[in-house]
Amino acid sequence: MEFKKTKVLKDNPTHYCPGCGHGIVHRLVAECIDELGIRERTIGTAPVGCAVLLYNYFDCDIIECSHGRSPATATGIKRVHPDKIVFTYQGDGDLAAIGTAETIHAANRGENITVIFVNNAIYGMTGGQMAPTTMIGQKSTTSPRGRGENHEGPPIKVCELLSKLDGVEYLERVAVNSAKDVRRAKKAIRKGFTNQLGDKGFSLIEVLSMCPTDWKIKPAEAVNFVEEDMKKVFPLGVYKNRSGD
Amino acid sequence: MMAEKILLKGNEAMVEAAIEAKCRFFAGYPITPQNEVPETMARRMPQVGGTFIQAESELAAINMIFGASAAGARCMTSSSSPGISLKLEGISYIAAAELPCVIANVQRGGPGLGNIRAAQGDYFQAVKGGGHGDYRLIVLAPAGVQELYDLTMKAFDWADLYRNPVLMLGDGLLGQTAEPVVKKKYRPACKLPKKDWALTGCTNRKSNVVKTLMLGSVEALADHNRHLVQKYKKIESELSLVEEYMTDDAELIVSGYGMTARIAKGAVKNARAKGLKVGLIRPISVWPFPTDTFKRAAEKADKFLVVEMSNGQFVEDVKLAIECKKPVEFMGVGGGWYPTPENVLEKIETVLGG
Repeated sequence: MEFKKTKVLKDNPTHYCPGCGHGIVHRLVAECIDELGIRERTIGTAPVGCAVLLYNYFDCDIIECSHGRSPATATGIKRVHPDKIVFTYQGDGDLAAIGTAETIHAANRGENITVIFVNNAIYGMTGGQMAPTTMIGQKSTTSPRGRGENHEGPPIKVCELLSKLDGVEYLERVAVNSAKDVRRAKKAIRKGFTNQLGDKGFSLIEVLSMCPTDWKIKPAEAVNFVEEDMKKVFPLGVYKNRSGD
Repeated sequence: MMAEKILLKGNEAMVEAAIEAKCRFFAGYPITPQNEVPETMARRMPQVGGTFIQAESELAAINMIFGASAAGARCMTSSSSPGISLKLEGISYIAAAELPCVIANVQRGGPGLGNIRAAQGDYFQAVKGGGHGDYRLIVLAPAGVQELYDLTMKAFDWADLYRNPVLMLGDGLLGQTAEPVVKKKYRPACKLPKKDWALTGCTNRKSNVVKTLMLGSVEALADHNRHLVQKYKKIESELSLVEEYMTDDAELIVSGYGMTARIAKGAVKNARAKGLKVGLIRPISVWPFPTDTFKRAAEKADKFLVVEMSNGQFVEDVKLAIECKKPVEFMGVGGGWYPTPENVLEKIETVLGG
């Protein structure tokens, strides 16, 4: 097998930190778009946060949204162009804190969009503050003694939460901390896009990812942190597959 | 053939005008006194193959407009004062991204939850920005249901022409008043530019990006903001809508906007019947503000009287326009009630007597 550049990703070097998972997730999304031959009909949304510069890397139509509102903006785009493929790319603060309402309601309306949700349990671009997915005991700049269950509440489990909504088509949690996991993540992302091609409705793929910079550990340790800490709190797997395909 | 004339509430008239002007996407959230807008949209949009969405919040609604407009659709949202406050984040983004859309504010009493009666307390918010950063909205303030219908239709064209949001600044009185409306066939008010910036999928063209983040060189944002300022100056030089009534020999110019100005016009008529030399200037576009009209009037008139349903916002723009060269008296009515022509006439007589 030959490892080639994708048509969708531009040659621009990314701004991501060493050991960050965004590069891998970008590559997986790009490979899926390439393989499905949909670049020219795809419209993506970039979030606020680390992935805000998505439009520098993806060579397809992109809108950069305000914080947390991507699912609403994507709803507007998709309703205007039902024949186009619309995806959102969101972090944990964007999707599960400031944009919780937009996420839940777009999911519940069964909007025919694909949501790529990158969960690294911390706020990256703003410098390592607590995220809605920060785990109990995990330290951040705004939970310096470690997140406490009684004070900050337990982390929000997005797939489990959304799985209760009848309007949702597909939910899967994957990770990008090992080669095996990356392969599974690709399969899930591809399914998220094919669901949309088949007008099946709302798909969300939660991707557990590394943030060595804000976790203040080495990239190799970050890979282990996902494996040993995050996967215990956020178990991988399919949380919903409404049509069962 | 006689033109079709039907009785419509202001809120309903906006919907009919929007649909006639090929608006095919509406997202909104219920709030009194503008509920007939989403309710009528919910009924009418499916009839013309358009989309109506009751959003989960005003924030979601305005961001659906952000997406729909970026996708190239003619789109509209409406709300009332507290709801417009919630939309301001999105409005700032839409203005920064230079996307066209029409937003209606059927103003109610405030601040806070206030009440649901007519008020004009959102003038600063409408014409001075409201949301964060340096931006301007084109703001139109009709004084009757027919004018609301006509201007709503044109608002879509001006939004497209300048790639800028247009705000219809009404109030509960205008939204809830039913008047006969002559329905007109839509004809574009100007030559409309191609939407080659829209997100439609990059088939046979380079990919399009809609963004408001201006990182990079130190000058990146300054350049973008300078570009916006140039656009706003162009709008100011090209777009000015104003009604003048009996101003030629007027010693006193009464001014206001929207329904208050219509009430004041009644008072001016009654004052004329009494032999008092009074005229009226009513800005129809409150941004851009018809500064020249006021300047010219200030050369002849002795005094000005501003009437508004707030405790003093519009009055500041009148003072600025005439550079305080003549005294400006103020009649402010706050708290969600409107003055009667008799109230205004009484004030006119006091001002002229004093």
